[in-house]
Amino acid sequence: MTNSRIIYLDNNATTKVDKKVVEAMLPYFSENYGNPSSMYELGGKNSKVIQESRETIKEFFGAKNAKEILFTASGSESANTAIRGILSADRSKNHLITTKVEHPCVLNLHKQLEKEGYKITYIGVNSIGEINEDELYDAVNEKTALVSCMYANNETGTIFPVEEIAEKVKSKNRNTKIFVDAVQTAGKIKLDVQNTEIDFMGISGHKFHAPKGIGALYIKSPNLITPLVIGGHQESGKRAGTENVPYIVGMAKAAQMAQDSLEYELTTVKRLRDKLETAILSKIYNARLNSSSQNRVPNTTNIGFEYVEGELILLNMNDYGICASSGSACTSGSLDPSHVLKAMGIPFTALHGSIRFSLSRYNTEEEIDFTIEKMPKIMEKLTKISPFQKELAELKRRKGLI
Amino acid sequence: MWNYTDKVVDHYKNPRNVGSIEDADAIGEAGSLSCGDMLKLYLKVDKNGIITDAKFQTFGCGSAVASSSILTEMVIGKHIDEARKITNKQIVDELGGLPPEKMHCSVMGHEALEAAIANYYNEEITIHNDEELVCNCFDISKSFLINEIKANSLKTLEDVINYTKAGGACGRCQGKIKDILDEINGVQQQKEEQLTKTQMIIKINNIIEKYISPELRKDGGDIELIDVEDYQIKVKLSGRCQSCNRSKLTLTHFVEATLKEHINDNIEIIQV
Repeated sequence: MTNSRIIYLDNNATTKVDKKVVEAMLPYFSENYGNPSSMYELGGKNSKVIQESRETIKEFFGAKNAKEILFTASGSESANTAIRGILSADRSKNHLITTKVEHPCVLNLHKQLEKEGYKITYIGVNSIGEINEDELYDAVNEKTALVSCMYANNETGTIFPVEEIAEKVKSKNRNTKIFVDAVQTAGKIKLDVQNTEIDFMGISGHKFHAPKGIGALYIKSPNLITPLVIGGHQESGKRAGTENVPYIVGMAKAAQMAQDSLEYELTTVKRLRDKLETAILSKIYNARLNSSSQNRVPNTTNIGFEYVEGELILLNMNDYGICASSGSACTSGSLDPSHVLKAMGIPFTALHGSIRFSLSRYNTEEEIDFTIEKMPKIMEKLTKISPFQKELAELKRRKGLI
Repeated sequence: MWNYTDKVVDHYKNPRNVGSIEDADAIGEAGSLSCGDMLKLYLKVDKNGIITDAKFQTFGCGSAVASSSILTEMVIGKHIDEARKITNKQIVDELGGLPPEKMHCSVMGHEALEAAIANYYNEEITIHNDEELVCNCFDISKSFLINEIKANSLKTLEDVINYTKAGGACGRCQGKIKDILDEINGVQQQKEEQLTKTQMIIKINNIIEKYISPELRKDGGDIELIDVEDYQIKVKLSGRCQSCNRSKLTLTHFVEATLKEHINDNIEIIQV
């Protein structure tokens, strides 16, 4: 790396752990290390600590009762616990519905379930990433065990109307369960799960400045699941394994701080995101907005740079210390470009050159200005390498006219 | 993040010979926009066939740009017929290596060079329009796959994906690719089985010991290997088999069939 300065605009991938979160966790490693199940005070008081953290996470979800909160090790585990758990608790139904743009932890699980004999309906999205709601409601039948739909998409930030979806699905089949992957919404917009028909909701700590390796699952009472991990009585028998006390404490602290910053997310973070988006679109002639949905989490923008490949863009951004992600095939090791952008029908010209910028409350105005200054320079260099000079000239001409 | 060599990093950061040549003597293209990478190579060739200038334009990742950039450096100053001998492996070596998943970038460089040279000689570029595609995601034909598998000694499906991209997107053609691999590597296996006479004798004796003798012994007989002449195998039946009037049947049906199964169909048994 030529630049020691880091401008981190990849907060949908992971976030930095807040120092206050680390501070809150530290006592639970070498001082208060007792097993919460133990009978002496060193352990027993940690049981109380977990209970308090559960209360905090309950508030974070907007749930009614702390008993509805299950601690897990990741967003992926939350999704697997909910989906597998529901299916093994009720074996009378064999149909599942999900979207084509889910995170792999939901999508690949459904592909696995398909192999195990379940029928799956995958619902598509429109060109700006909004879900085809009618298609979803039409797919619900008496055999539908579960509808899994993400709250906000990780690549585009598009928010799905999960509350409305839950209501309408339930009006077609009361017994169909609803799982919502809220990993990309937690800490960005307010969750209020108790006043919805949503049965299960999963979150992941490291997306809101807690460490990696801790997540939570909301299980609306009186829903039942069969546990994924069998063993001891921890987590009311729903997940065996000694509780990860420091990480649970850390996630609770991070949730509290995120809750307090929601207003800031919706104002300052959104303003910075919009500033970055508008500037890139106006200054760079081959930039196009991949999701222009009004309904987006405040921190995310996904921009396609036509006729330039994403990995090359990221490598050149890295030279300035700017970190972001790409939906390009080359960045993943898989040769297929982003399934999300493909489902949206993003044209090939922009598909491989799509960059996701995702901000956090730690980004400064100065960092955004720096990025706005550097991106056109990077693109000027990279468009020169492209074999599509004629097409680029045409884009430039059209952008000039508009 | 990819583990790129310093040379790869240098070449994508400071690509050499970017651009086009207005009056190029040869132009070659490989890849396409929809596939995620594409390279256009321009060559200027003097009257003695020496490549005096080369320029490229690439749509692709860091290693695609680096492969293209180094390729231009490799061909400049070479006679066009010398340049024709450059392989994708040489491009990789020149870069100090590429991650396995990125080998296809060097293949694309090689393809564009081949196309440019064919263009220089006004040769018909072998586009197999009528040929059945193996991989529809990346428009890859069977003949292209066979060439790359042989040229780079590819052994596994993963190798094929890394070098050619075929099978790397939807994955539906992976069965077909495995068949092609079996076809090619199977042929090689047969070649490898050109055994020396001693090896052949050992092999046959092992088969006799393991599969044939135990059965004959059940009936109080046995078999002995006398000589091997290519696929003509001379044997002698002993014990009760020797006098058994069904011995001919035993030989053709059982012994020959067993040896054919384990070696090949050319086996012929001769009783001595």
